Amino acid sequence: MLGKTAGGLYWMFRYLERSENTARLVDAGFRIALTHSSVAEDEWKSIVSTTGEKAAFNARHDRYNSANVVDFLLRDTTNPSSVMSMIESARTNARLVRTALTREVWEATNECYMTLQKTLGQSIADRDLPQVLQTIRQQSALVRGALHGTMLRNDIFNFARLGTFVERAESTARILDVKYYVLLPSVSFVGTSLDNVQWETILRSVSSATAYRAMHGGEPRARTIAEFLIFEHQLPRSLAFCHGKIDNNLGHLAMEYGQNSPSYELSTASRQRLEDLTIEKVFDGGLHAFLQNFIRENTTLARQIEQDYRFNG
Amino acid sequence: METPSRFYDEMHHEGGAYRDPYADYGAWFDGEDAARLQRMSGEAEAFFRRTGITFNVYGEEAAAERLIPFDVVPRVIAAREWDRLVKGIEQRVTAINAFLHDIYHRQEIIRAGRVPAALIENNEALIPQMMGMAPPGDIYTHIVGVDLVRTGPDEFFVLEDNARTPSGVSYMLENRETMLQLFPELFSRIPVRSVQSYPRNLHHSLAACAPPACTGKPVVAVLTPGIYNSAYYEHSFLADQMAVELVEGHDLRVDNGRIAMRTTQGYKPIDVLYRRVDDEFLDPLTFNPDSMLGVPGIMDVYRAGGITIANAPGTGISDDKAIYSYMPDIVEFYTGKAPLLKNVETYRCAEPDSLAYVLENLAELVVKEVHGSGGYGMLVGPAASRAELAAFEAKLRARPANYIAQPTLALSTVPILAEAGLAPRHVDLRPYVLVSPDGIKVTPGGLTRVALKEGSLVVNSSQGGGTKDTWVLED
Repeated sequence: MLGKTAGGLYWMFRYLERSENTARLVDAGFRIALTHSSVAEDEWKSIVSTTGEKAAFNARHDRYNSANVVDFLLRDTTNPSSVMSMIESARTNARLVRTALTREVWEATNECYMTLQKTLGQSIADRDLPQVLQTIRQQSALVRGALHGTMLRNDIFNFARLGTFVERAESTARILDVKYYVLLPSVSFVGTSLDNVQWETILRSVSSATAYRAMHGGEPRARTIAEFLIFEHQLPRSLAFCHGKIDNNLGHLAMEYGQNSPSYELSTASRQRLEDLTIEKVFDGGLHAFLQNFIRENTTLARQIEQDYRFNG
Repeated sequence: METPSRFYDEMHHEGGAYRDPYADYGAWFDGEDAARLQRMSGEAEAFFRRTGITFNVYGEEAAAERLIPFDVVPRVIAAREWDRLVKGIEQRVTAINAFLHDIYHRQEIIRAGRVPAALIENNEALIPQMMGMAPPGDIYTHIVGVDLVRTGPDEFFVLEDNARTPSGVSYMLENRETMLQLFPELFSRIPVRSVQSYPRNLHHSLAACAPPACTGKPVVAVLTPGIYNSAYYEHSFLADQMAVELVEGHDLRVDNGRIAMRTTQGYKPIDVLYRRVDDEFLDPLTFNPDSMLGVPGIMDVYRAGGITIANAPGTGISDDKAIYSYMPDIVEFYTGKAPLLKNVETYRCAEPDSLAYVLENLAELVVKEVHGSGGYGMLVGPAASRAELAAFEAKLRARPANYIAQPTLALSTVPILAEAGLAPRHVDLRPYVLVSPDGIKVTPGGLTRVALKEGSLVVNSSQGGGTKDTWVLED
C-alpha cells in the first residue's frame, strides 16, 4: 500500500480517537460542574490543559465556565482539537484513503461528520449537552463497529489501529499527568471529598469508573487508580494495554512485510519496560517524571512509525 | 434555421401513450403512489450524500461539496436503438485512434488534403513530444466518452468526442446502484442490461496495454490531482472498484527507468497509469514547469517504454471542437466507410463565409469556444438577450478562429419527476468506450445528463444539470 495511504489511515484514527477522548473529558467536567460548583472552574481549566489547547482557549475566552469550555472543546472549528475539527480532519483523511476503506467504514465516517455538523452547528444549552455527547459517542461507535465488522485484518487495519493506540496512550498519560498531584501517596488531604471528586474526574475521563469499582470495589484510592490506568492489562485505555496493542500491530506488520522495523523494536522495549515496572517503582522515581518520559517515548515511537512506513516521504 | 417548437419526447407518443421501450416502466409508474415516488426521490439525495458522491465547484471554498441532482425516472433505450449506436461509436473511436496515430506519425490525412495542416500545426493540443512515438498496443485513447444527442426516432448526433479524460462514469455506476436500492422490484420486472462490469473491463483494458518494461502481472494505478479536484470522488471510486492504488504526483518518482510509487515497503514500479491529470500538468520537465500534480521525468520514461499513460498525452488533437467539424472526413478516411453516426452541422468561424453566416444568424445558433468545455464560454442564441448577443458578436469579430457555431438542435426530452408529476426536460447521453488491443467495449448504458430547468438546453452539471440512470434493454 502507499505510504501516504498508511499515514492517512493512521491520522484518520488518531483524529477519531482524539475526538472521543475530548468528548469524554467534557462529559467528566460537566458532571463535576453540576455537583461541585465550587471546584468547577478549576476542573474545567485542567480539562482544557489536558487537551493541550490552553493558550488557544485563553486567546478566545476569559473564564473557564461550562459554556465557554463546552463550546471551545466541542464546536469551535478555530480550535484544531475541538470535536468538530477532529471529525472534519478524520473525514478529510478518510476521503484521501477512501480506496483503503470498506464502503461501510467510509459511510459511517461521512455520516458521523454530517450528523455532528448538524448537532454541533449551533451553540449547546446545558440541558442539551448529555444528548449531544450521546450523539458523539454513538457516531464514533458506528465507525468503530464498521471497522471491526468489515475490514480485512491486513496492513490497512494495523495502520488504523496504530493511530488509535498511539493517540489513546498519549491521552491517558496526559489525563494522569494533569492530575498527578492528587495521585501522590504523600498528599495530606487523602480521603477528603475534594480528592474523591478529582479521582472521579480521572476515572470518568477514561470511562472507567464502573470498571474500577468492579475490579477494586469500595472507595477509590490514589495508588490503585494510578496503577489501574498505567498497568491494568484488561483496561483498554491503560498505558500497558495501548503499548501492548501497538506492539502487536507492529508485530503483524513485521510479519506481513517479512521485515522487522525499528519501530517494532521500540514498541517491544516499551512493552517490556512496563511489564518490569511496578507502581512502587513509579512513585519512587516520581509519577510526573514517569509520565513525562512516557509521553516522550510515545512521541518517539510515533515518529519512528511514520518514518519506517514512509508516511511522508 | 427556426427553433422548433416541438421536441421529440422519448417516453411518450404524441397522444400520451408510452413508447415501446417505456411500456413496462410506464405500467409500473402508473401503478405507483405519487407520494411514495416523491419520498423515494428525497431518499436518493440522502443516499448520494451518505455515499459522498459529490463534486467541488472551482472558485468556491474547498469545503463546498455539491451534489449533482439525480432524477429517479430512468432514460430507456431499446436494444435495437442501442446496437445501432454501438456500431457507430465503434467506427468513430477506431477512426479517432487511427487519426491520432497518423497525426503523430506520417500525417497522411494532411497530405491527402482532407484536414488542413494549419489546424494541426497551430493547435495547442498537439504535443510535439509524441511525434514518432508508438504508445504500447498502439492505443492513444483508451477511454472515450462520446456525447450524443437525439432529435427524433432514429436521429442521433455526435455532439462532442471526449478523448482526453472523460469523466462521469462513476455516476453511470452509482445511478444504477441508487436505482437498485430504491426500486429493486423494477429490475426483476424489466430486463435492463447491467453496467456493473465497467470497472473490471477498465482494469482489463488498461492491463492489456502494459509497456515493454512490464515483467509479471501489470500494476495499474489511478493518478488524481487530489481531494480538492472536482472529480476526486470518481478517481477514488474507480481506483477502489479496480482494487488499484490511487496516487498523486508526490507519491511518484522516477526510479531505475520506471515510474515508482512510494509504498510502506519502499518504491514499487507502476506499469499502467490511468491519469486523471491534464496533459499540461503531467510532467513539469516537459510541460508546465509549475505543475505540482505530475511527475518530473515521466515523459522520458514513457518514451523509453517504461510506463503506459492512459489516455496518451496529446489525444486532445482529436476532440478539439475545430477538429470536430472534420470528423466525417476523418471517419471515412480511416475506415473507408461513410460515418454511421451523424455530426452536427458546424460552421468554422475561422472561414470568412461561415463567419458572415454566423454573424447574420447569431440569434438562432449555438456558438462554442474551440477549446472550451463544461458549457462555459458558450452562447445559446435563442436563449440570449440582445445585450448578450451584441457582446458575443464583438468577441466573434475579435477572434473568429476561436469559435465554431452550430444550429440549435431540437434535443429530445425525457420526463423528470417534478413536484407536480412528470415534466419533460432536455437530455443528452454519454456512453463510455474502452479501447484495448483486444477490441472496443461500449458499456450498455452511460450517463444521461438532463437540463433540470424547463426549456433549458444546457445539461452540464456545472450549469444546473442533473443526471438519470440510463437503461439499455435486453433484446
